[in-house]
Amino acid sequence: MQPSPIRDFIVGLFVLAGLGAIAYLSIQVGGLSYKGPGGLELIASFDEIGGLAERAPVAISGVKVGQVSRVELDPQLRARVTLDLDSSLVLPVDTAASIRTSGLLGDQFIALEPGGEEEVLKSGEEIGFTESALSIERLIGKFVNNAGLDTEETK
Amino acid sequence: MRPAFVSRLGFGTLELVSHLGRVALFLGHIGRVAVRKPYRLRRLVNEVFDSGVLSLAIVCLSGATVGAVLGLQGYTTLSRFGATGSLGAVVGLSLVRELGPVLTALLVTGRAGSAMAAEIASMVTTGQIDGLRMMSIDPVDFVIAPKALAMLIALPMLSALFTSFGFFGGYVVGVELLGLDGGMYVSSLERSIDFRDDVAQSLVKSVVFAALVGTIATYRGFHAEPTSAGVSAATTGTVVVASLAILLFDYVITALWSV
Amino acid sequence: MATSGGQRAVDGGPADEFRIRFDGVQLRRGDRRVFDGLSCGFARAQINVVLGGSGAGKTTLLRLIGGLTRPESGSVYVADEDVTRLSERELFRTRARIGMLFQGGALLDSMTIFENVALPLREHTQLSERDIAAEVTRRLVAVGLPDTEYLYPRQLSGGMNRRAALARTIVTDPEIVLCDEPFSGLDPINVRRIEALLVDLNRRLGLTMIITSHHLASSLRMADRIVFLVDGRAIAGTPEDLLRSTDQRVLEFLRADSDGPEGAPRIAPAVASAGRT
Repeated sequence: MQPSPIRDFIVGLFVLAGLGAIAYLSIQVGGLSYKGPGGLELIASFDEIGGLAERAPVAISGVKVGQVSRVELDPQLRARVTLDLDSSLVLPVDTAASIRTSGLLGDQFIALEPGGEEEVLKSGEEIGFTESALSIERLIGKFVNNAGLDTEETK
Repeated sequence: MRPAFVSRLGFGTLELVSHLGRVALFLGHIGRVAVRKPYRLRRLVNEVFDSGVLSLAIVCLSGATVGAVLGLQGYTTLSRFGATGSLGAVVGLSLVRELGPVLTALLVTGRAGSAMAAEIASMVTTGQIDGLRMMSIDPVDFVIAPKALAMLIALPMLSALFTSFGFFGGYVVGVELLGLDGGMYVSSLERSIDFRDDVAQSLVKSVVFAALVGTIATYRGFHAEPTSAGVSAATTGTVVVASLAILLFDYVITALWSV
Repeated sequence: MATSGGQRAVDGGPADEFRIRFDGVQLRRGDRRVFDGLSCGFARAQINVVLGGSGAGKTTLLRLIGGLTRPESGSVYVADEDVTRLSERELFRTRARIGMLFQGGALLDSMTIFENVALPLREHTQLSERDIAAEVTRRLVAVGLPDTEYLYPRQLSGGMNRRAALARTIVTDPEIVLCDEPFSGLDPINVRRIEALLVDLNRRLGLTMIITSHHLASSLRMADRIVFLVDGRAIAGTPEDLLRSTDQRVLEFLRADSDGPEGAPRIAPAVASAGRT
């Protein structure tokens, strides 16, 4: 094989294309980001987290602002979730965190609803207002109970 | 009759162990010469061209086709649950985790792996390997290592390209043909694939497969009988053994990854 | 023509004269015994020709010298070093002194003729590209292949391939040159040309040469010493010794061998008369 500058160039292009494909898969598709942890770390405790797992998204008004970085059990046997959020966020101390499901069959995520206080949550602090994951069984149970109560009252 | 069978089984096992040992030593030899000067970059580039660039056509075409099939099959099944919005996820996950690395590896084994084994085996047959030895040039350094390394470089690239073209194939079928929303396809795909669970697994698989194919092809070629029958045996043996090894290691990696 | 020490056509000879020496080599290939206690020597700075029938082990003998094959037992000394005991890495050092021309040439078919001939220089010397190019061109001209630099081996005939391989073999001026049937398949003109080249190299540079052949005429012409392989052993001596030999096997070989128009006719009468006395 003669040293061929054309061949070298083509191989170079091939390697670029391959690396590009790998980069595309990793960053665009796989969500690997070169940004480090978002910066703002908040804690939220729940009675029930349902199917919430690490790396589940955290959203405000549907827009992703961070992800769940850790899920553990606290001494009171409640679920203690650590949120890794964008450092530019400004969240009042009466912000609420609730676990929602995207769509009917979708993945679980945490929705944050900012409150109205002036004081702001700092990194490491805990979100005071949390709403646990809804489970279908409980909902139905509630409905049945309420229906029962209504029937009782109307009697 | 039975004792002979048992003793043959025993010898066969010992032979297999020795065989594995020989392969490991061969691999060690390749590793040693690869990191030592001279680096033989020119030969490496040529080999990457032969194994990588020349496999582009089959890999990209197959990728797009497989993606298209996944799109079609996925749509049919998902529409039964009213969940066609997840088509992107279905196509994406299948490709990234399994079909991308495995199918690419199998295709490349058939095309480049067998060519590699055949070329080396015929060099043995025509005395070129001995000729190199007599010129005090280590054939493993001069011929084998560039080929094996080229496979290690080319296959992961090709896998990524196969997978990417697969996404595209699925997109064409789902969006252009079956009328899904393009944005939904793309977002479903991107949301469901995670780097650590999926893409990293895909990359690890393709690197492992590359090492397997590179080793098996060069080993069988190098140790082929110096006859035409030997060349042919080296070629077919490479395809068979490498294909099985790929599938086996695919299972192992998949299992380990979900731990 | 220079003569070697031993006048008698027997195995071996004065050890200090021999650059390459075989000592009791045993080698089997499959069921066949190729060498059965082979002991012989090859004189330094001489043209040694190895003769023998097909399967007598001529190629194997060269492979043993190069360390490409190992015997079951016995020793092969190259410049007082027993190559049968050396590791592959140590052999690389020994091989640096040896140039080997394989049957069929064994040029690397993925490289041009130029790159093939230049390879030993590029790998083992620090010569500049310009000097390398000059050397390569010189050798190719010497073997009668000018203007073939940028062709590939597959574009040349078998004979031309062999000549290009010869150029590669001698490009580093190795002290010992091994040639496996360099004349087979060549036309008379090229036989003479290669013969002249080899003789010239030997005379001018004092290279030790071991050539296997069954081209009897050129062998007898160019050889200082002949080693005849038969029945797994060697009968050695000068060409004259061999022609005067009374050994039945030698006579049979000389009588039966006819390679080209210069072969049998000229030799046979002399042999026939020798046989009758």
